[in-house]
Amino acid sequence: MSARLRVDFIACKGRGLCAEALPELITLDDWGFPIVSGQPVPSRLLPDARETVCACPLLALRLEYHSQLSQ
Amino acid sequence: MLSAVSPGLGARPSSVGVPGALPRLLPGGPASLKGHLARYGPLPRPGPGRENQTALIAEIDRAGLTGRGGAGFPTGRKLAAVAAGRAPVVIGNGTEGEPASAKDKVLMARSPHLVLDGAVLAAQMVGASRAVIVAHRDVRDILGQTAAERRRARLDRVGVTVRAAANRFVGGEASAVVRWVEHGVPAPTATPPRLSDRGLGGRPTLVQNVETLAHLALIARYGAPWFRSVGTPAEPGSMLVTVLGAVREPCVLEIAIGTPVGQVLDLAGGPAAPLQALLLGGYFGAWVDAAQAAGRPFSAAGLADLGAGTGAGLIAALPAGACGLAETARVIRYLAAQSAGQCGPCRFGLPAVASELERIAERRTADPDLLRRWLGQIDGRGGCAHPSGAVRLVRSALRVFGAELSQHAAGSCSGTARVLPVPPPGPR
Amino acid sequence: MSSQVLWFVSRGSGLALLAGFSAVAVLGVAARLGSVPRGWSRLGLGELHRALALFCVAFLGLHVLTAVLDPYVTIGWAATLLPFASPYRTLAIGLGAVAVDLAGAVLITSLARRRLGYRAWRAVHWLAYLAWPAAFWHSVTAGTDLRIWWVALVVWGCALAVATACLARLLSWRRGPGRQRPEVPQPPAPRERAQL
Repeated sequence: MSARLRVDFIACKGRGLCAEALPELITLDDWGFPIVSGQPVPSRLLPDARETVCACPLLALRLEYHSQLSQ
Repeated sequence: MLSAVSPGLGARPSSVGVPGALPRLLPGGPASLKGHLARYGPLPRPGPGRENQTALIAEIDRAGLTGRGGAGFPTGRKLAAVAAGRAPVVIGNGTEGEPASAKDKVLMARSPHLVLDGAVLAAQMVGASRAVIVAHRDVRDILGQTAAERRRARLDRVGVTVRAAANRFVGGEASAVVRWVEHGVPAPTATPPRLSDRGLGGRPTLVQNVETLAHLALIARYGAPWFRSVGTPAEPGSMLVTVLGAVREPCVLEIAIGTPVGQVLDLAGGPAAPLQALLLGGYFGAWVDAAQAAGRPFSAAGLADLGAGTGAGLIAALPAGACGLAETARVIRYLAAQSAGQCGPCRFGLPAVASELERIAERRTADPDLLRRWLGQIDGRGGCAHPSGAVRLVRSALRVFGAELSQHAAGSCSGTARVLPVPPPGPR
Repeated sequence: MSSQVLWFVSRGSGLALLAGFSAVAVLGVAARLGSVPRGWSRLGLGELHRALALFCVAFLGLHVLTAVLDPYVTIGWAATLLPFASPYRTLAIGLGAVAVDLAGAVLITSLARRRLGYRAWRAVHWLAYLAWPAAFWHSVTAGTDLRIWWVALVVWGCALAVATACLARLLSWRRGPGRQRPEVPQPPAPRERAQL
C-alpha cells in the first residue's frame, strides 16, 4: 500500500498550515498555496502526514491510498 | 430493420442515403425530422436489457470513438463506466466555451437531429431515462425546436431537455456543466467523486461532447467498420475542425483524422498571407511552426512530437505580420479573467503570468525566468485543467516564438495584426 | 466533600473556564483573519485552539460536577443539559446548560469532522458564536464573586478580548476577500535584467 498526498484546490484557501506541519513534503508557491509532489509518502513520515491532514482547517488535504498494483 | 444486438453490421440498405466517406456529420440539406431520417435512415431502437446495452457499447468501443471535446477519452470506456451505475443521466456538452471554436455550434445548427439521436442512444446504452443537452446560447433555440419536433412525433423513448449554456469559458468543463445544470453555477467541482460515479443529483453522469454524440448516432446505424473506414487505425473516424485566422475562407470543416495540416488549410481556401505559426487545438492547445506543421497529419500521433494535439479541433493561422507573443498575451489575459476563481494557483497565478506576458509583448522590462518559474508552479495544480491548459499554450509560445524574446527585450516587434478572437470582458 | 470545598471548586473552575473558553474563542476567530503577525505560526495557533478547547471541555465536567454535587443548592442532573430545569437560579443555570449543549454539539462535530465533511462541520461550528455569549451571561448571573476586583478584571477582560477579536474579524471581512498576496517577486530593475 502506498499513500499520496492530494490537495483539493477548490477547498484550499492557502492558510499554509500544511507546509508548516510537513515541510519535508509540502512547500508553498509564490501565492501561499501548497505544492505537493505526486510521490508516495515515505513510511517514516506517514504519521506526520496523517496529522497534517487533520491539521488543515478546511479539510483540503487528503491522503489517498493505492495498492501497488493499481498505480 | 437494424438488429438490436449487432446494429448496423452488414445492414447498409442502399435505398437509404448513407453518407459515403465524407461528409458524415454536416449535411447540405434540411434539418427537418423527415429529411434527417431520409438521409441517415431510421433511428436504431436497441432492445431493453443489459445484454443489448453491452453489445451496443462494445460496438462503440470497436469503432474506437474518442471524445471530441478536447480530452479524447475513449467513449466506449466512459459508456461502460456509467452503465455500471444506477439510474444514470446523460448530458450532451454543447457549451463550446472556446471563443475561437465554432464546430459545435455549426453542428448543432446544421444537424440538431443527429446530436439528439446520439444523446438518446447514449442514454439507452447506459440505461438512463433522461438526457440534457446544454447548448451554446446561439443555437439553443434551434435545438429546443428540434427536441419539440421529436416529442410531437413521439420519436424518443428517453426524455430530452435542452438548456442554454452559461457564457463562460470554464463553463464547458465537464463537472462545471453538471454544476450549471444542477445549481446554475458554471464552475468545476472537486473530482473525487468522478462524474461517472456521482454527478448530476448524485447519479452516475455521462458528459459527452455533442460531436461525439453525433458520431455515436452514426456508429449505431452503420457500425464500427464503417466508422473506421476513414481516419487512421489508431485514431479512426472523422472530426470537425474550425479553421480561422489568416486563411481565405475561415470555416468549419469535417475531415478524416490524419489529413495533412496543409491540406486542411487548403480546404479553407489556403493561407491568405505567408504564415509563421499555427495554433492547434484551441486556447488550451499549442503553437507550432507553420512550415514544420504543414506536412504533418492532423492527429494526436502526428502532432505529438511538436508538442501539440488536435484538441477541440481548431487550427488558427498566424500570419507573418502578427506577433505571436502579443496574441498569446491577449489569450492568457482572457483565460485569467475566465478563471472560476475557486483555486489559488489559477486565481493568482494566471493573472501574474498574464501580466508578465503582457510586459514581454509590450516590450517593457520583463523577466522570462520568473514567467517560467510561475508556469512550473501553476502547472497541474487547481480544481480543473484551466491552469494546465494555459501553461501549455504559454510554453509553446516561448518555444515557437523564442527567437523573438530577445527582439522584444531590445524594444522592437515585427507584428501588428490582431488575429485570435478574444471576447471583451463582459459582466461576470 | 464539604459543601464549601465543592462550592469553591465550582466557582474557581467557572472563572478558569471563562478565561479558557475566551482564549479558545479568540484563537478561533483570529484564525480567519487575513494575515498573521511575523513569526507567529498559523499551525501553532490552530493546534492551540483545538488542544485548549478539548482541555476546557474536560475541565467543564469538573465545574458541572461540583455544582450539582454541592448539597447547599439544588440544581439536579437534568439541569446540566436541559436549560431552565434548575430550581436554583433558573435563568443563570439555564444559560449554563445552553452553553454546555452548544459546546457539546461543536465538540462532537469537531471530533467527527473528517466523516461529516467540511460543510456540515462548519455549519455547526457557527453555534460557538452563541455558546460563548451564553457562557458569559451565565458567568455574570450565576457567579457570586464579581464584586472581587480581580474577578471582575478577568471577567470583563475576557469580554473585551472576545469582542476585539470579533470586531477585527468583521472589519477584515468587510474589507473584502481580495487578499493581499505578500512577497510576489517583482521583475528586476533594468540594470539587473536577466539574460534572455
